[in-house]
Amino acid sequence: MAARWVVLAAVMLVWQAWANWRQSSFFPPPSAIVAQMHQLWFSGPASHLWLTSSAIGNVLPSLGRIGGGLAVAVAVGGPLGIAIGRSSAVSGYLDPLLNFGRSLPTVALVTVFLVVFKLGDQMEVAFIAFGTVWPILVNTIDGARSVDPLQAETARVFRLSAGQRLTRLVVPATLPKFFAGLRLSVSLSLVLMVIAELTGSTSGIGYQMNSASQSFNLPVLWGGIVLLGILGYAMNAAVLGLEHYVLTWHRGARRFTN
Amino acid sequence: MLEVTNLTHAYGRGSGTHLAIDQVSLKAAKGELVAIVGPSGCGKSTVLRCIAGLLQPTRGTITVNGTAVHGTVPDGLAVVFQDYSRSLYPWLSVRDNVALPLRRKEPRRAQRKRNAQRALASVGLNDTAHRYPWQLSGGMQQRVAIARAIACDPVLLLMDEPFGSVDAQTREDLEDLVLGLRRDRDITILLITHDIDESVYASDRVVVMTGGPGRVRADLAVRLPDPRDQIVTKELPEFVHLRTEVGRLVRDQQAAAPMALPGRPFKADSRARSERGSGG
Amino acid sequence: MTSNEARGLSQARKVLGSTWARGLVGVAVFVLLAQALSSSAVVSRSVLPSAFAVLAQAVGLLGNGQFLGDIGATIEAWAVGLAIAVAVAVPIGLALGSVPFVRSATRAVVEFLRPIPSVALIPLVALVLGPGLRMNITLIVYASIWPVLFNTIYGLDDVDPVAKETLRAFGFGRLDVIRRVSLPAASPFIATGIRLASSIAIILNIGTGVLTGRVDGNGIGAFISDLNVGSINTTQVLAAALWAGVLGLALNALLVWAERRLLPWHHAYFGEA
Repeated sequence: MAARWVVLAAVMLVWQAWANWRQSSFFPPPSAIVAQMHQLWFSGPASHLWLTSSAIGNVLPSLGRIGGGLAVAVAVGGPLGIAIGRSSAVSGYLDPLLNFGRSLPTVALVTVFLVVFKLGDQMEVAFIAFGTVWPILVNTIDGARSVDPLQAETARVFRLSAGQRLTRLVVPATLPKFFAGLRLSVSLSLVLMVIAELTGSTSGIGYQMNSASQSFNLPVLWGGIVLLGILGYAMNAAVLGLEHYVLTWHRGARRFTN
Repeated sequence: MLEVTNLTHAYGRGSGTHLAIDQVSLKAAKGELVAIVGPSGCGKSTVLRCIAGLLQPTRGTITVNGTAVHGTVPDGLAVVFQDYSRSLYPWLSVRDNVALPLRRKEPRRAQRKRNAQRALASVGLNDTAHRYPWQLSGGMQQRVAIARAIACDPVLLLMDEPFGSVDAQTREDLEDLVLGLRRDRDITILLITHDIDESVYASDRVVVMTGGPGRVRADLAVRLPDPRDQIVTKELPEFVHLRTEVGRLVRDQQAAAPMALPGRPFKADSRARSERGSGG
Repeated sequence: MTSNEARGLSQARKVLGSTWARGLVGVAVFVLLAQALSSSAVVSRSVLPSAFAVLAQAVGLLGNGQFLGDIGATIEAWAVGLAIAVAVAVPIGLALGSVPFVRSATRAVVEFLRPIPSVALIPLVALVLGPGLRMNITLIVYASIWPVLFNTIYGLDDVDPVAKETLRAFGFGRLDVIRRVSLPAASPFIATGIRLASSIAIILNIGTGVLTGRVDGNGIGAFISDLNVGSINTTQVLAAALWAGVLGLALNALLVWAERRLLPWHHAYFGEA
């Protein structure tokens, strides 16, 4: 575990040395990037958690849009996925449609969303929600469809009510695949946020990177990339942590049958 | 208590029909333990699933405690399956698993927990309430399944090869456990097994089925003294005789005479041979 | 009912019950619902185009030479980028994955680089390389390398050590072990990685096209970006996006077919989302 931080530090040092020697404006040394990030986003007052107004005005809104989009995707994809997955008839009709929706490159539709939702937060949230609902939906359907038939029979034999079947059987059994879809959606949400903000936005991390690109501000551009990497890592770790906590039983049960 | 008349079931339709059981009839009085024994694939599980209401039979009638069963699960019924690791829910603790079916009859949560704990105690698992099923051994998991089955005070308990997935030592313990529970609670039990010793040892009656399609070959009364003991009972000549007879019936041979007389050549039963030939 | 009629009826029932027919019904119902929605008073026509109009446009695009050329350009960039990525990632993955220490070290680095969305690199790469086909392919290669590399290394994790040791005991060298045991054992994982990389590649190609326009070379993305100049014709954009989705499905199906041909012995396809 500690190995990964050691390796990261080693890579940073090598990069620093190379950049100092090469003096290329395209590849500033890590020290310059970190300094730029600090100055731009993290040199604010302690009362604001050291966030500058630029951070509050850009980083937080971006995160908020991602959160909003993912929340919509989960709220729609989860229940809908279970409903569709439990009905073999319905899922049969919807399978090709869902597969097609999954492979639709959401990025191609960014202007359509602009037209429909107009410039602003709601467009970005809708865009992210639309793109991230597919992995969650498809995976939840798969999970709900593959509930162990013996577990289902047990529920029938002990005459569990429909509500009990849902909360005590279907939902827990579907969770592992749901989380697989959620992880995909989380990394996808970051991508969609950047795309939406590169196209038409007046605030946000992507917007800042865009203007940095247009004004040849390489350190800020790199800072944005690094920030996105950190955010992606943190978000992924958060989902993994949540999954780890919620699905303890899943790992234990798999180990027993193996 | 339980009456099954001319139960017939065929899977599939048209040219792909497979007749699983044919005209199966059996009875069980209140408090009786009836064992159904037969080779693999003879339709024992199909019979059980029809009685449990999980399967709607093609023909025939089933009555449980006076009410007819036809494709819906009757009241007062409980089932113990063979595969405990897949029948118990891994996301629920042991106690929550046992308490799962109690909600229908008992709305109070505290009372449900008490009932579940009591059921666990009666199978010898007082201290496992908060653990998860997959943390327990196979034998203990099956005890949990049994506890779950008796927690709701069923009148009829169906057991589908419940001890097929545990080792021999555990199997003996579990057989005695079931016998004890039956004695204490006066439940009617239908025990499906492919173990011939078990079928005679644990039951009051043994129904022998043959396969391809499943039919009742014989219905034998087991007149062994109670309480049963794994060592003492199995030494008794009556046990040995019954066990041998059941064994021969399962292997599709005629029931043998008590002794083979010298000088009389053994003649294989032609009818048995033709039955075997037509079977699967 | 005669036996022929009965047979015909059961045939018809079989066809209707088949997955294809059901899927078509599903699609048809969806289109009708979309059409009803867009024609209703609830949604203004200028905002959400009518489903039939989009379908009509989609068919019309098939006759559009520019669009067809763009499809070809996208496929070309996809193929070239993917090929380079595989040619680079698989050997490196095999080499790195075979040495335990290097394996865990590089895994650390890859874990940090993975979360960076490749789309975020578009402005950077545009500045460094200047717009053009080179940029497009560079991005595709960069983004595609990670899934393939990662899956190759993971695939090697799964190789049966007994199989490897057996070969070594017979005097085969390290390279031979890799070629005869590790590579075949890891190939299903690698195949999954390639499929993942493929969908990333398509999205990246279309994405860069949409964002940077025709300067970056031709492609479906560039076609859409052309449509985005001036007053946006959402009907046409949707029609083009439709074909992009179909293309994604087709290319994925192509890879699955290739996988089945090349790896016929392995039918345990791992669930990929």
